[in-house]
Amino acid sequence: MTHNLITFANVSRFYGEVLGVNKVSLSIPPGVTSLVGPNGSGKTTLMNLMTGLIRPTDGSIDVLGIATEDPSHLCRTVGYCAQFDTYPKGLSGYQFIYSYLRVFGWTHEECDRRTMAALEAVGLVDARNRPVAAYSKGMRQRAKLAQATAHDPQIIILDEPLNGLDPLARAEAIALFEKWGKAGRHVIVSSHILHEVDRISDQVILLSQGYVVAEGQIQSVRGEVKDQPMQILVRCDRPSQLAAQLFQSNHLVEAKLHTDGHGLLLRTLDADGFYLLLNKIVIESGLVVESVAPADDDVNSVYQYLIGGEGSTI
Amino acid sequence: MNLWMRQIGGVLRLELKKTFLSRRGWWVYFLALGPMVLTFGHWFIEASGLDKSHHSIGEDTLIFAGLFHFYYLRLGIFFGCVGIFSNLFRGEMLEKTLHYYYLTPLRRELLVAGKYLAGLATALVLFVGSTAIGFLAVGRHFGASYTDYILHGPGLSQLGSYVLVATLACIGYGAVFLMSGIFFRNPMIPAAVVMVWENINPFLPTVLKKISVIFYLKNLCPVEIPIPPPFNVMVIDAEPTPFWIAVPGLLALAVILLIYSGLSARHTEISYGE
Repeated sequence: MTHNLITFANVSRFYGEVLGVNKVSLSIPPGVTSLVGPNGSGKTTLMNLMTGLIRPTDGSIDVLGIATEDPSHLCRTVGYCAQFDTYPKGLSGYQFIYSYLRVFGWTHEECDRRTMAALEAVGLVDARNRPVAAYSKGMRQRAKLAQATAHDPQIIILDEPLNGLDPLARAEAIALFEKWGKAGRHVIVSSHILHEVDRISDQVILLSQGYVVAEGQIQSVRGEVKDQPMQILVRCDRPSQLAAQLFQSNHLVEAKLHTDGHGLLLRTLDADGFYLLLNKIVIESGLVVESVAPADDDVNSVYQYLIGGEGSTI
Repeated sequence: MNLWMRQIGGVLRLELKKTFLSRRGWWVYFLALGPMVLTFGHWFIEASGLDKSHHSIGEDTLIFAGLFHFYYLRLGIFFGCVGIFSNLFRGEMLEKTLHYYYLTPLRRELLVAGKYLAGLATALVLFVGSTAIGFLAVGRHFGASYTDYILHGPGLSQLGSYVLVATLACIGYGAVFLMSGIFFRNPMIPAAVVMVWENINPFLPTVLKKISVIFYLKNLCPVEIPIPPPFNVMVIDAEPTPFWIAVPGLLALAVILLIYSGLSARHTEISYGE
């Protein structure tokens, strides 16, 4: 076992006769990892399994070398912001974070310092003495984020963390996830807001009906989807001429002129062949090419190709 | 202080903050305060001369003994412990907040211990406090002679016995109902079964009598209250258990139940019925 990976070895989990996840084998490296899939695909089950809240029916899980049956070690390494919008009654935002930190066994001073730092990170310092029950949904979500990360875990698992956040708070939260990921932590995020998670994801795990459909860096996952033509956006000065020359070969499936008249959206089944042809055309015709970029190697597109339906809720 | 003690302290502090004097437990406070209202009412009526029957101190202590046997032991402490202890785990499952504990580096056995101690502290304050205040108030209208009865007569020893029995009842029933809160989705079902079992105890054969909490507690009470007719004909007498067996026996039972609860909690999962 490598001690900077979260590994699932042939893990299955059944709820009675209902399938949660089936024969999942994964290795999750540090960085931001998105769990993507429709409702009931097994995202929360995977998260609950790696935090030890539930146990696998079959297979084994290793979290940075720690067994998930050992909460006294695991929970110092893992912080989990679960999907439930529920809080212990009668506690203020400060007490909510502070009280659970005391259960870690730290002193009052240490817990107070960590609580204030966590509240500061999510912008709840001013509201810290108000009851959590009186917070707005967005504030409660931020309090949950602070509570899950106040002990400074190496692994941060976030189940729909952007729910209820306004655009500004969402941008701040995403920046925070990105910062954690770049700092070498494991940040595992499930979200329906794919285009926002996509920006910061280093790797993606696509789930459907309890099975892992694809995993890895999003570009390589996209590359594996051979039956869907690759979309490429070329920004250039004469897109119509480029389209005409490209259609003379058999690389293209479809080409659309961009509405601003300076771009061409292409669909091809042979991306490598297309790039060679494009180079040749540029040299021969003197086209001024501003940029060439894949247009469908994002999480949302891959989700649609592999799982179907509209992934994003926004 | 070692880590485990600090962690149990953390659980205790949080549980008391969440549950002690919470609105959810209003009926438990009602159960504890109800008999105090009765004894204070009795004191007021006697002191104001509204009751012309002129009870003796002995009669009033007998009234209190009846109250203790039939209310505190069979109803107040019993259901109070159902409300306090069975909600320690089940209440958190219903409110979907147990995962916050399960995501701390706390051994589940320590969580059981911390929650039990928090529940016990609450139950002792409410029911032992209510018992002591009730006993001290029931004969208060006799003035100096009741003070003399307590300080120089059998009163202090009786008070000590009632406090001990109420404490043991909280310890025993607490362990039973904490366990039922871990094992049963609806702890009222096992509570009803235990209540029936405890209440038919006087009519059970000697061997079965001993598989209960109430049997040992009754033997420790300073004043015996006989079962009234016509039920008295069905009572099966049994040798009372000596003090030195009853007290350690009840404590051992509680410890065994708590150990079993702790070991079982290791294997519990968060599902919240979804």
